[in-house]
Amino acid sequence: MVPLSYYLVLSAILFACGVAGFLIKRNIITIFMSIELMLNAVNLTFVAFAAELRALSGHVFVFFVMVVAAAEAAVGLAIIISVFRTRETLNVDRVNLLKL
Amino acid sequence: MSLHLWIIPLLPLAGAAINGLLGKRFPKVLVNAIALGTTAAAFAYALWVAVQFLGLPADQVPHVERYATWMTAGTFSAEYGIYLDQLSLVMLLVVTSVGFLIHIYSVGYMEHEGGYYRYFAYLNIFMFFMLTLVLANNYLLMFVGWEGVGLASYLLIGFWFLKDSAANAGKKAFITNRVGDFGFLIALFLLIKHFGTLQYDSVFKAVTAYPVEASAGLLTAIGLLMMMGASGKSAQIPLYVWLPDAMEGPTPVSALIHAATMVTAGVYMVARSNPVFNRAPLALTAVAVIGTLTAIFAASIGILQTDIKKVLAYSTVSQLGYMFLGCGVAAYGAGIFHLMTHAFFKALLFLSAGAIIHGLGGEQDMRHMGGLRQYMPKTFWCMTIATFTIAGFPPLAAFFSKDEILWKTWASGNHALWLIGIIAAAMTSFYMFRLWFMTFFGEYRGAEAEDAHHGHDTHDSHSGPHESPMIMIVPLMILAVLSFVGGWVGIPAALGGSDRFDHFLEPVFHSTAEAAPGTETAALPSEGHAGHDDTSTELLFMGISVGAAAIGFLGAWFLYYKRTDLPARMAKSAGSLYALVLDKYRIDELYGAAVIRPIVLASTNILWKGIDATLIDGAVNESAAGAQDVSDGLRHMQSGSIRSYAGWVAFGAAIVIAFMVWKGVR
Repeated sequence: MVPLSYYLVLSAILFACGVAGFLIKRNIITIFMSIELMLNAVNLTFVAFAAELRALSGHVFVFFVMVVAAAEAAVGLAIIISVFRTRETLNVDRVNLLKL
Repeated sequence: MSLHLWIIPLLPLAGAAINGLLGKRFPKVLVNAIALGTTAAAFAYALWVAVQFLGLPADQVPHVERYATWMTAGTFSAEYGIYLDQLSLVMLLVVTSVGFLIHIYSVGYMEHEGGYYRYFAYLNIFMFFMLTLVLANNYLLMFVGWEGVGLASYLLIGFWFLKDSAANAGKKAFITNRVGDFGFLIALFLLIKHFGTLQYDSVFKAVTAYPVEASAGLLTAIGLLMMMGASGKSAQIPLYVWLPDAMEGPTPVSALIHAATMVTAGVYMVARSNPVFNRAPLALTAVAVIGTLTAIFAASIGILQTDIKKVLAYSTVSQLGYMFLGCGVAAYGAGIFHLMTHAFFKALLFLSAGAIIHGLGGEQDMRHMGGLRQYMPKTFWCMTIATFTIAGFPPLAAFFSKDEILWKTWASGNHALWLIGIIAAAMTSFYMFRLWFMTFFGEYRGAEAEDAHHGHDTHDSHSGPHESPMIMIVPLMILAVLSFVGGWVGIPAALGGSDRFDHFLEPVFHSTAEAAPGTETAALPSEGHAGHDDTSTELLFMGISVGAAAIGFLGAWFLYYKRTDLPARMAKSAGSLYALVLDKYRIDELYGAAVIRPIVLASTNILWKGIDATLIDGAVNESAAGAQDVSDGLRHMQSGSIRSYAGWVAFGAAIVIAFMVWKGVR
């Protein structure tokens, strides 16, 4: 049996990678993937605790997150395509029309 | 039985309110009707009250009316109430009668002035406060009137506020009075602390339990502080400096406020507080000495003044000194007697001077007058009566009052004070006749100065000296009659009279003293046995007084009528002494250097530049600048870049997690 802390540490590492990628990367698709990575790191924590505590709600919650993530991916990718069509770029620093 | 005395002060207040708030749109006739009507009604009511008062049985005097509680603080409380005894009755009649006459006169004098309604509103509000002052039944209410007349005086001195000198004179009067009021307030605080009340009857009752203080004690302190207040209001040394400058106001104001009524408030206060002073001989001596010094000091300045109103101003200061001398030798009755006659003859002098100034189109310098006898004969005769009165010739009013003061001074054993007083009397006679001769006799010297002069009161287009209108002359005549016969109520026993005025006031000044047996010191003469023991001595002293007046008359006649070239030569030979007196002993300059400059310097450098500009403004400005600096730094957080926001969120989350981990480890 793998101890809980292993899962948690792995989850924290994945989350940190997600955060780092979100902050550092400029490519909008990479940022999107970093967000997915963070979501899944959280999912991993949920299932780890659910298994440890033998509670079903953790599993259910993960499904919800997956559904939301799928919906987000659909909407997000649509937005990205639309942005690329108008701006001819995927660099977020150049998508700054709303900034004063 | 209630006499409804509250009506008397409220009448002028109503006039002031109507004229002050609405008068701007009123025609002059309506302003006159309101101002004069309320004052006349107050005077008529005062006369009715006087008749009623004289009918009161002796055990109902003083007649006290209480209307409402004004304020309560702990065990202390003050009320709205009126205290009518012989003393306040005399003051009431003087204030309302002289006040009414001067209102009438003002109609003529102020006819061509702007701010007509404002002038009468101020004059009425002065009447209200002065009546509050003399009628109050406790010191606190008296203090309200006391401050109120100061306010009215300030407003009226600065009536021509566009003129710098008038505005400054108003401020000077107000600030100088603050110094005296400070002392008066401390005296009131001492009364509250030790007697727990400011009601006249309770205070005097409590004071009678005290013995006469051989050395300085509580009552001496109270008395001296009261005298400080009185010397501010009544222009005594060292606070007299504001009164001569107060002549910047319109002349009727000088007559009403700065001669007849307001400046005598200090004398009234000292006389009213006689139970305190009777038990504090040291304070009483201080009153007498200050009064005597002021009398001779101001008289000596008056000798060389050339502005007709300034001469009268210094004369007022000097006469107030006599009143304090009278109070200071415990002859309060004599002091009040002189107060009354002075109100008549000094108002007459000022109003006559006003008529002269009016008739000359604003000229105040006596060197540009002369020979006016033929141009304004009525004014001349009124002024003549006033001049002979103030100089102390019998049987005019001031002869009786001034002589009574001097006689009581001698009888109380203060021979040095008497000597100074008699010299001051000779000086008074001299400078008044100097004024008289310079103004009315000789050649008219105004013609050549006509072009150069810049008028004080800028009147109508002016064509040679002329008599004033009847509305100004009639009050003069009434006052002249009063100045003539006003003294006859107090003809001393030595001249076959019965000293009625003194006996009338006696209950005020003796009832409290008799309540505490054995408190009458030998130094205080009691009217009873001073009179008949030495009638011949008293007659001798009267002779000396008249002699002093005659010397002054002859001196003035010789120098300013017979040999008009002499004064200039004498001035030249006296040199620096002459210049010193002409500059009023440079007291203003002395105060400026010794008091005002240090205060201004300290205020500028410490209070303004140090505390206000550096400390207070600095704290405000620095905190503003600090906030600006901090926000300048924080501004960069709001970059608009989503990822930097995310970075801050991550950073904050990291700190929270680190903190929780640290807590968990501990």
